Amino acid sequence: MGDIQTVEKATILFAGDSGDGIQLAGTQFSLTTALLGNDLSTFPDYPAEIRAPAGTIAGVSGFKINFGSTEIFTPGGEVDTLVVMNAAALKKNLSTLKKGGLIIANSNGFDKKNLELAGLAPHQNPLSDGSLYGYKLIEVECTRLTREVLKDTGLSTREIDRSRNMFMLGLVYWLYTRDLQPTIEFFNKKFANQPSVAEANIKALKAGYNFGETIEETAVRFQIRKAQLPPGHYRSITGNEALALGLVAAAQKASLKLFYSSYPITPASDILHLLAGYKAFDVITFQAEDEIAAIGAAIGASYGGNLAVTGTSGPGMALKTEAIGLAIMLELPLVIINVQRGGPSTGLPTKTEQADLFQAIHGRNGESPLIVMAASTPANCFQMAYMASKLAIEHMTPVILLSDGYLANGAEPWLIPDYHLLEKITPRFATAERDATYMPYARNADLVRSWAIPGTPGLMHRVGGLEKEDITGTVSYDPENHQKMVHIRREKILKVADYLPKAEIEEGDQQGDLLIIGWGSTYGAIKVATQNLRKKGLKVAQLHLNYIYPLQKNLCDIVHNFSEILIPELNMGQLAYILKSELGIKPYELHKVKGQPFLAKEIEEKALQILSCNKKTCTHQV
Amino acid sequence: MSTLTAKDFASDQDVKWCPGCGDYSILKQVQSILPETGLKPEEIVFVSGIGCSSRFPYYMNTYGMHSIHGRAATIATGLKMTRPELSVWIITGDGDGLSIGGNHTIHLLRRNLDVQVLLFNNEIYGLTKGQYSPTSEFGKKTKSSPYGTIDHPINPIALALGAQGTFVARTIDRDPQHLRYILREAVNHSGTSFVEIYQNCNVFNDGAFNAFSDKNQKAETTINLIKGEPLIFGTNRDKGIRLDGCRPEIVPLDGSYSPDDLWIHDPSDLNKAWMLANFFEMPGSESFFPRPFGIFYQTSRPTYEYLVNHQLNLAKSKSTDASISKLIAGNITWVVE
Ligand code: SF4
Repeated sequence: MGDIQTVEKATILFAGDSGDGIQLAGTQFSLTTALLGNDLSTFPDYPAEIRAPAGTIAGVSGFKINFGSTEIFTPGGEVDTLVVMNAAALKKNLSTLKKGGLIIANSNGFDKKNLELAGLAPHQNPLSDGSLYGYKLIEVECTRLTREVLKDTGLSTREIDRSRNMFMLGLVYWLYTRDLQPTIEFFNKKFANQPSVAEANIKALKAGYNFGETIEETAVRFQIRKAQLPPGHYRSITGNEALALGLVAAAQKASLKLFYSSYPITPASDILHLLAGYKAFDVITFQAEDEIAAIGAAIGASYGGNLAVTGTSGPGMALKTEAIGLAIMLELPLVIINVQRGGPSTGLPTKTEQADLFQAIHGRNGESPLIVMAASTPANCFQMAYMASKLAIEHMTPVILLSDGYLANGAEPWLIPDYHLLEKITPRFATAERDATYMPYARNADLVRSWAIPGTPGLMHRVGGLEKEDITGTVSYDPENHQKMVHIRREKILKVADYLPKAEIEEGDQQGDLLIIGWGSTYGAIKVATQNLRKKGLKVAQLHLNYIYPLQKNLCDIVHNFSEILIPELNMGQLAYILKSELGIKPYELHKVKGQPFLAKEIEEKALQILSCNKKTCTHQV
Repeated sequence: MSTLTAKDFASDQDVKWCPGCGDYSILKQVQSILPETGLKPEEIVFVSGIGCSSRFPYYMNTYGMHSIHGRAATIATGLKMTRPELSVWIITGDGDGLSIGGNHTIHLLRRNLDVQVLLFNNEIYGLTKGQYSPTSEFGKKTKSSPYGTIDHPINPIALALGAQGTFVARTIDRDPQHLRYILREAVNHSGTSFVEIYQNCNVFNDGAFNAFSDKNQKAETTINLIKGEPLIFGTNRDKGIRLDGCRPEIVPLDGSYSPDDLWIHDPSDLNKAWMLANFFEMPGSESFFPRPFGIFYQTSRPTYEYLVNHQLNLAKSKSTDASISKLIAGNITWVVE
């Protein structure tokens, strides 16, 4: 039995075939780890094809978790422990393992057939050909041992093999001194009606744990102390879960029904799945016949006086474009969620990217301003969904809220907010008028019109996509009026900036040599990079934007306190392009478009390069 | 009882269709039947797409939305699902509802929301000034088909039946009485009422339906579908349609056949509705049958908004202690001290 060594943090990558139950093992590990009081961040990475050929590299599914006794902001860079179910999983992920790292391999997944599927010759078995020199290796005949343990359960071999992931998980629990109880409870609850399945999984889990006790190869087990997190009640949450909850909370706060319509699309579908189960909270979900119908129905629901939301990903956004323009003309509240993925076209459905920012801001015909916001962490998705709903309702406008695949599926502990302390949301319903004629496009000081919903006596009026006459809302092709209305619609959105929280430096001092500005899911990587750079004594700070249109008013003040600015993005420089024109800055840029999130070290390297760059010879094109 | 009149449902907007357009008649008949429905103007919403017909909502003193091309059905769906108490009408055309919005028409019908669809079929694109539409007859010469169209026209009634519509009817602008009758039945139907209205576009497709509206021809070219009545037509009501097994045939009522031998119209019979829908040839064609007007098919199925709200209420009644705070907290939490 090995010694127990205390470490500050660790990164584990579970990898196997997409049919191997890797995601389940990963989420169970995360939950158990969260319950132990560690901070954590996870990143599931799975193939786009549901049934990619088993055993091949294309079929490899991964789940990465970074956890520790300090605050954790990203799913980690290099991996400390790589758990692989077959040869393909090892081949695909070995490069992410740090030098001297540990490999736990299911050696039954390295037979001739599996090697061949991974594109390896029989003599190229990495477990035995010396290619893993420099790494630690625990080989375990996971398939055989699981079958052995479960042979008397009466389950078929196929069913038994499904529990292999639990054997491996048990072993990893042993290695990282985790408690089995949360996973045991999970199975007992999940398979309450199939006790034999629950029992098999629990048996395999325990067998894996006990296997750890018997091996001598590893001298060391690890323990990670509780993280010093702000006190309170916590839960684990993914970005999509947080979006769904944020919407429900906003609807309840505004005393409105929530109407969510969507067409299935990766990686946004989970929002639909979750909300479909929240009927008791006055949530109506609608799986529409296509993306256009989904937003059309949402516009109808909004016209009817509900909090209406439609969610999708890039290709679906493209289809919704015309209807978003209609919502802008109608000046109705509408939240449009884009869980971005790699593009263009169908692109990389299961991979992350943040290249739809231009689309969100500019992707419509005509002058068509709306609010554009972006969530930065899985838990932040709650706050952003809530704010998007609030701004949409109170400013009578569509709002595009950007998330991405990385946030959608990534999980982190979340200090559960007190619903009662959430900001008020006040719809501007027009009330029945007896004498005066209702003026649908009359506005308040913020240029916001009122919400006159069908059923209200005396307020009958017609709206539509044709240009409106100011105040009366009747159709008008008058040149002066169009000019005026275009200005009004723009001003109305710009005035939203008066209601946004002030932008604040996220990490570091108020002035310095380099400001790293990000938006969306790059938050964690930039945060870690900034912290590391500051540890080196460098005057670096982080500013992260949740609001992109309109921008927060004090951005100018902040950016001019720094000599240089770096904008890292998972696109070809879209925010940089916007800030160059809006703030007049000349930033350095870092672009990554690999379908993968930034690693903190990639940002650090770029920052170091900038800071060591001789300004006289530098052309800003590092 | 409501003391409203047609005027109460008319807005103050000038009606801007071309003089002589069939749309005027449809507008007038809708305004004239609404007082009979007992609905108040604020309870009614007209949603339209794009096209000449889609300007309709502007002329109604009700709630209304002139939306975007083809999407009225989607907007009406979201509205009706969340506000089932409203009377929702979709105004569309052959281009709007069968071409660009064809998909939504299909799904609206199968879901069976309790809305009225008035599809103004003028077999042409009027608003864009004269291109062929999906209902234009094969070979029609238009601005975009100078050599004649090569598109086989869609059969709206057959499409509605195929999409599992629960109320499928046809009427025509030139027969106000029939139009009012169908509109009343459509309002009374619980579920999606699909009403195809032959509408004359006197500017770009004048006379497209003359064969069915002209006083001198229509007795021979049309047949009025009345529930429980035999299919009889002809200037002297001297012809009937009978079924020879599954094959319809026109027979003379000259003594060799009597009304008792004829096909009795039964709008609950989907198979027969399908046959009637396929009476779709133009007069003069060999296989011509008179064009049917009336209710082809009507059945009852729970409406979508009923099912939606039923599920909602059931879920609410089952979890009366539903707490948003608990929902946000989820099932598994831990405490950091
Ligand atoms: S173009 Fe045709 S359909 Fe359109 S308003 Fe004129 S006559 Fe009516």
